[in-house]
Amino acid sequence: MTIGHQIVLSVRNLTKAYRSAGEEIAVLRGVNLSITAGERVALTGESGSGKSTLLHLIAGLDQADSGEIRLDDTLISDLSDAGRAAMRRDRLGLVFQQFNLIPSLNVRDNLVFQSRIAGRHDAAWHAELVERLGLGDLLNRYPEQLSGGQQQRVAIGRSLAIKPLLLLADEPTGNLDEATADDVLALTRDLVTRTGCGFLMVTHSTRLAATLDRHINLSAGLVA
Amino acid sequence: MSRILWILAVLLSHWRRHPMQLATLLIGLISATALWSGVQALNQQARSSYDRAAAAFGGARTAVLVSRNGATFSQQLFVDLRRAGWPVSPVLEGRVQIEGRSFRLLGVDPVTLPSEVGNAPAIGRAGLQSFVTPPGEMLVSPETLSSLGVAEGTSPQANGSILPPLRVQAQLVPDLLVVDIGIAQQLLKMPGQVSRLLIGKTKGTRTPLENVAGDKLRLIEPDAETDLARLTDSFHLNLTAFGLLSFFVGLFIVNSAIGLAFEQRLPMLRTLRACGVSARLLNTVLLVELISLALVAGIVGLVCGYLIAAALLPDVAASLRGLYGAQIPGQLTLKPEWWAAGLVISVLGALAAATASLLKAVRLPLLAAAQPYAWQQAQHRWLILQSAVALAVFAAAAALLWYGDSLLSGFAVLAGLLLGAALGLPAVLELMLSLGQRRAHHALAIWFWADSRQQLSGLSLALMALLLALAVNVGVGTMVESFSRTFISWLDGRLAADVYINAADDAQAVDIKTWLRDRPEVDAILPGGRAETQIDGAPVEIFGLADHATYRDRWPLLQSADRAWIRLRAGDTGFISEQLARRMKLAVGDQIEVPAPGGNWTLEVVGIYADYGNPKGQIAVNFAALTRRFPGIPLTRMGLRVAPAAVPALISALQDKFALDSRNLVDQATLKAESTRIFNRTFAVTAALNAFTLGVAGVALLTSLLTLSNSRLPQLAPLWAIGITRRRLAAIELLKTLSVALITTLLALPLGLLVAWCLLAVVNVKAFGWRLPFHVFPLQLLELLGVAMAAALIAALLPVLRLARMQPAALVKIFANER
Repeated sequence: MTIGHQIVLSVRNLTKAYRSAGEEIAVLRGVNLSITAGERVALTGESGSGKSTLLHLIAGLDQADSGEIRLDDTLISDLSDAGRAAMRRDRLGLVFQQFNLIPSLNVRDNLVFQSRIAGRHDAAWHAELVERLGLGDLLNRYPEQLSGGQQQRVAIGRSLAIKPLLLLADEPTGNLDEATADDVLALTRDLVTRTGCGFLMVTHSTRLAATLDRHINLSAGLVA
Repeated sequence: MSRILWILAVLLSHWRRHPMQLATLLIGLISATALWSGVQALNQQARSSYDRAAAAFGGARTAVLVSRNGATFSQQLFVDLRRAGWPVSPVLEGRVQIEGRSFRLLGVDPVTLPSEVGNAPAIGRAGLQSFVTPPGEMLVSPETLSSLGVAEGTSPQANGSILPPLRVQAQLVPDLLVVDIGIAQQLLKMPGQVSRLLIGKTKGTRTPLENVAGDKLRLIEPDAETDLARLTDSFHLNLTAFGLLSFFVGLFIVNSAIGLAFEQRLPMLRTLRACGVSARLLNTVLLVELISLALVAGIVGLVCGYLIAAALLPDVAASLRGLYGAQIPGQLTLKPEWWAAGLVISVLGALAAATASLLKAVRLPLLAAAQPYAWQQAQHRWLILQSAVALAVFAAAAALLWYGDSLLSGFAVLAGLLLGAALGLPAVLELMLSLGQRRAHHALAIWFWADSRQQLSGLSLALMALLLALAVNVGVGTMVESFSRTFISWLDGRLAADVYINAADDAQAVDIKTWLRDRPEVDAILPGGRAETQIDGAPVEIFGLADHATYRDRWPLLQSADRAWIRLRAGDTGFISEQLARRMKLAVGDQIEVPAPGGNWTLEVVGIYADYGNPKGQIAVNFAALTRRFPGIPLTRMGLRVAPAAVPALISALQDKFALDSRNLVDQATLKAESTRIFNRTFAVTAALNAFTLGVAGVALLTSLLTLSNSRLPQLAPLWAIGITRRRLAAIELLKTLSVALITTLLALPLGLLVAWCLLAVVNVKAFGWRLPFHVFPLQLLELLGVAMAAALIAALLPVLRLARMQPAALVKIFANER
């Protein structure tokens, strides 16, 4: 896997506003950022600064008002809903604070789910993920039978199973205690390095942000 | 493809983790399909039997020429028409008695019989020679042969003559005898006469009918519907209405299960979208999943439907035979279309029940936070909308009641009443529960009412199903009970004689009368007779009443002119049945033209009587006048007035002397018992479907409560945490369910009475032509109230017991997982 200066994410002049009680509130007011392959970036900011909105726009879960988001060579803003879905499926890994596992699937099936629907299942990589994430004994368990840390490890495994171009994480440790959060993040860092993908993590914790390669602070809708 | 399968597997995994929800969905679909297809199977079986009857040598499906007055006409007209290019074939129809039983005799001409007429090819090819060459052959159905108790080839006796040897033809309907027309003319003593001419479809030049037959004949175009089908339409409509009701009650369960499953799967659907499943693909797979489940449930439902139909068929067949004389084979045979239609209805039902959920899935916003039970938030808006629709439906029903004048509009009024009430139920319950909440003072009582209101949205569909099932039960129960009372008192008056005899032939009837005159225990011999004719294209019976005090004292009349019985003697007056009066809009004092062999018979209506259970119109006239106007009718029927104590001995003596069996000799008590038995069997099907519908509503309530019980834990756990015991919580839950069920049942009772009134005063009048008095049976209502509460108790018990026995760890988990 090449870890170098290839830009996997490029965001240019991104704006997004919401209407609330008849008033327009600008959340993002011209954000610019880029992430290279293998780079691990923390995105911090106060509540309401637009961190999650930016992440959702990059993931194609929402659409920007103006500006452009480019994932590798693909302009996300040009994609249709189906195109954005395909991009998430094949090239992005998403990790949420609420884990968002499929409650009716056991750990094994949750892990392979995205790689299976992307048609990119790699048995060796899957075995390695299971081992690195320490999920070997939990494969037949269901999400409700796991602790928060275990659930988040499954979520990370699921998103990395496709060897994405970019891993996006929205407060992945927000529901975990400090020690578990450190463990989970350490694992994620290792796996990101192993896959060589870009990594953008939204967090409130400056302590955790400091463990990544770069730290971007979002303030009043702009990169500070 | 593997992507679709993976997504499908994920969606299906929900059911694996929630088997009760899957069971609910399947039970709903299976019940809906089973009850609907069961009823359709019964209807199809009956209708194919009618078709079989109609197809027998030209029924209503073939164009025919008949005489203007409905009587027989000269065979010469047949010859003249053939020469003029008309592809006609003669038929003579009459009745013969074999061993005291009356059979329909059909004389046909196999040479000219049009090939498109039912059963003709069987004679046309192989058996033509033996059919027409003396002694000829008499074709009968296997059922007729077996009921006669003779072997094929036997020549029975009828009307004093030896009949041709019997030959079985499977396509024929029971109680029909088919012979060559020459033999029929001889047997019926009608030489050179024909009843009608069947017209083949051969194209060619024809001389106009008037140029050949003058005004002697009239053409009757083929009818898509047979007489029997027309007569039994109301019966089948009743069955269909019940099937439809059960189907909808089943769909309520499906809708409830799918709605709940969808809400529970919202986070899963969002995760799937986040993982890159496009909206179109997700919706397609949701649809595939639903259709697959509907097909599986449809197949099981069809098997259950078959079993239901097979179980009900004997009762339906007995009802149709008792009411309409229709012969339905006891063995269920179903066409492939039935299976296909059953699967289609299952899939369509599932799609209809899932429409709201599927639309929500299509519009699913990707970023909205997961909101379990989102419908609760929109409850108020929905209640207003639903109430507005309920009012509109009530208004439409009222308009139909006022302006409608058909059976279909009668059923539409009923449907409007039920649908309006069901739609209005949540609003009424909400109103009552909020009243309770306003009056409550104790904290727990306030929570009780508030939580009941919150629970209402999840339970309202099941409660609607319960309301419908109960209302229909009350309605149908009241109608049957009203009918039963009226019917029994009517039967007491109508069966005026103590013994009824039907002699084998006229000669035996004379012998019996001579013998009876010497019996001191016989107070009176009341001769009877019946003729059949058609008025305005519909069959009408003319019934002869002897001029005797027995009838004057006991025969029940709904309306009559002054000195009606005395005026009946003259022979130019008649009583008409209620259904004939309604159909022809006749009242006492009006006149009616009755086609008779010697020309039209003009009768003044001097009375109207109830004739329950008879699909045909009927006219009662003086017996002597009847024999004068219809000289050909058999004079084999008579009633006897005998001291009740002497009846058994007299019957025994008659059996010994004249070899009469139970079909030809019957006492009043047996006849009453038989009539009551037929009556009860008629409503046995209704009662069974009623019970099924109530059962399905009970299941709807149970499954709704079970599926809700898990989602109720977050509401109950905080109460447990602040010190309310699990046992007390369980008791409160039970009380809540019983309260809403009680309110629903109390609303269902007046609604049911309204349904009963509608059935008695609107639907029955349109369907059967008679109106029954409306009675309220308080004991029956109390009984149903008890059944409803017991059903609610049973439905609520399982989830409540689960709650009472729940381990504290399960309740603690609620807080651990709380988001």
